[in-house]
Amino acid sequence: MNLTPLRLGYLPLIDAAPLVVTHELGFAAEEGLGLDLVRQTAWAQSRDMLGAGLVDAAHMLVPMPVAQAMGLGPRMPALDLLMVLSQGGQAVAVSRDLTARLRARGHDFAFDDARAAGLALRAVAPQGLRVAVPFAFSTQHELIAHWLGACGVGDVRVTTVPPPMMADALASAEVDVFCVGEPWASFAVERGLAALLLPGNAIWAAAPEKGLVMRRDLAEGRPEITGRLMRAVWRACRWLDEAQNRGTAADILSRPAYLDLSPELAERGLTGRLMVTPDGDMRQDAHFIAFHDGAANFPWKSRAALFAHRIAQRHGLDPGPAMQAAMGHFRTDLYRQHLRPAGAALPGASSRVEGALPQDRLVAAEKGQMILGADGFFDGFTFDPAAPASTN
Amino acid sequence: MDKRLSIVIIEPDPDRAEPIMAGLRDAGDHDIRIIAGETGLARRIAELRPDVVLIDLANPSRDILEELALASGPMERPVAMFVDQSDEQLTRAAIEAGISAYVVDGLRADRLQPILDAAIARFHLFQRMRAELASMRTALEERKIIDRAKAILMKARGIDEEAAYALLRKTAMDQGKRVAEIAQQLVMAAGLLT
Repeated sequence: MNLTPLRLGYLPLIDAAPLVVTHELGFAAEEGLGLDLVRQTAWAQSRDMLGAGLVDAAHMLVPMPVAQAMGLGPRMPALDLLMVLSQGGQAVAVSRDLTARLRARGHDFAFDDARAAGLALRAVAPQGLRVAVPFAFSTQHELIAHWLGACGVGDVRVTTVPPPMMADALASAEVDVFCVGEPWASFAVERGLAALLLPGNAIWAAAPEKGLVMRRDLAEGRPEITGRLMRAVWRACRWLDEAQNRGTAADILSRPAYLDLSPELAERGLTGRLMVTPDGDMRQDAHFIAFHDGAANFPWKSRAALFAHRIAQRHGLDPGPAMQAAMGHFRTDLYRQHLRPAGAALPGASSRVEGALPQDRLVAAEKGQMILGADGFFDGFTFDPAAPASTN
Repeated sequence: MDKRLSIVIIEPDPDRAEPIMAGLRDAGDHDIRIIAGETGLARRIAELRPDVVLIDLANPSRDILEELALASGPMERPVAMFVDQSDEQLTRAAIEAGISAYVVDGLRADRLQPILDAAIARFHLFQRMRAELASMRTALEERKIIDRAKAILMKARGIDEEAAYALLRKTAMDQGKRVAEIAQQLVMAAGLLT
């Protein structure tokens, strides 16, 4: 059988697993697709290659298509987010100096209490903090801004540092804190340069991290191919959320063609068993990263609105039109159309109040019932796209 | 007369940076600087206040530049991507050549065009050299694998080198594969058996 060739861009992170597994375990071939996975080194590169049509789809930070929709990027064909690929998978790391000061103050590095960690940071760094994130429009940036804002940490200066360079930025005291996707936080711990303070999910239980992004003209103009790709990736995501498969995924992902790091390092984030200090303190976080369960793949328009609202406020833009523009680029319609035949559970609504589920909840679906994953913020924050007054 | 443009090339490899600089000199009388690394990149750009920044599309420091392009403080001159103001053909040609350009707002397209054309020509040259190097490496690797496969066959079947190669080639032809692929499979299988 002749496979339809598709080029997919990704950056070397554990949350590239959905695309790698789609290719390596034959989910793409089952749908008649032959994938060419193109490793990239900068998010801007990924966006530009997608815009120029040099890749067909890309693994991308969820806030990137939001910023593009708001006009905060180069002029290029419209980019749409077709489905979410992962939730969580980020970690907040602090320098050795801050680690020592936090310890001296009695902080226990429990890795699960965002308020305690935030207040401890505020106490040991009254002059403020310099924080590195991988990209200006990233889930990491939003998590940091929300968390430190809610904890009353005053002067927070956020700068961009490419993930593989985060460890060195801490070591050379260019920044005090960073928030990055795995394995790059564990990489810094392994080198003895950092301690992990929190997983992203301790700040927001269901922070959407990466999405499958495609140019709108291609997504709509080749619906047959779009559907096949979405179904293949969706099945890979489902496979990834079976706990016994995570070790295999770590092995595949670690190969030289992908992450080119030891499988042990990739395994930490994928199994949620993380070494949080160079001394070997271990923490278990079963929900560190999710690829499928709890409707993780559904591109809620309310999440586009939440990111747009925050980004608009930061850049002095009117949040109303920004939210409207962004919501149009989260394609719940294509998700329903192409994943219904695969048997994906589909929620009745496409927008909701974000942060309103303290626990997993069984709800009515298009057909039967489905489980929506817990999505609470540590401080009880909620966001209603219809009345968005409450972001900090 | 138009003022000289300030152009910054961000490129860690001097062997690549120099030819780009030479190419740009031919394209006009400009003030051209090279920045090698990402350390202090934001500060250096703020000091130099360039009109044009040229950087490899795949340079990880690009994500730092993206942030600068958004900043608009009095000291940080905003650098916008040229695609905002130029035509799509040029954009695509640059991206295909593996080049990314950040250009100060309001720079006329006719001033930018010769600079980009010169940069694109140089980047194409690099791409070709990179591709040639990669194919040379692959050829070398394949030669090594074929040699190992021949050695395995010679030992296992007691045949000479010529016969071993003939056997590899015949198997490859029968299966519609390349000799290197068959050799790879043989070496892997032999590894499993010992």
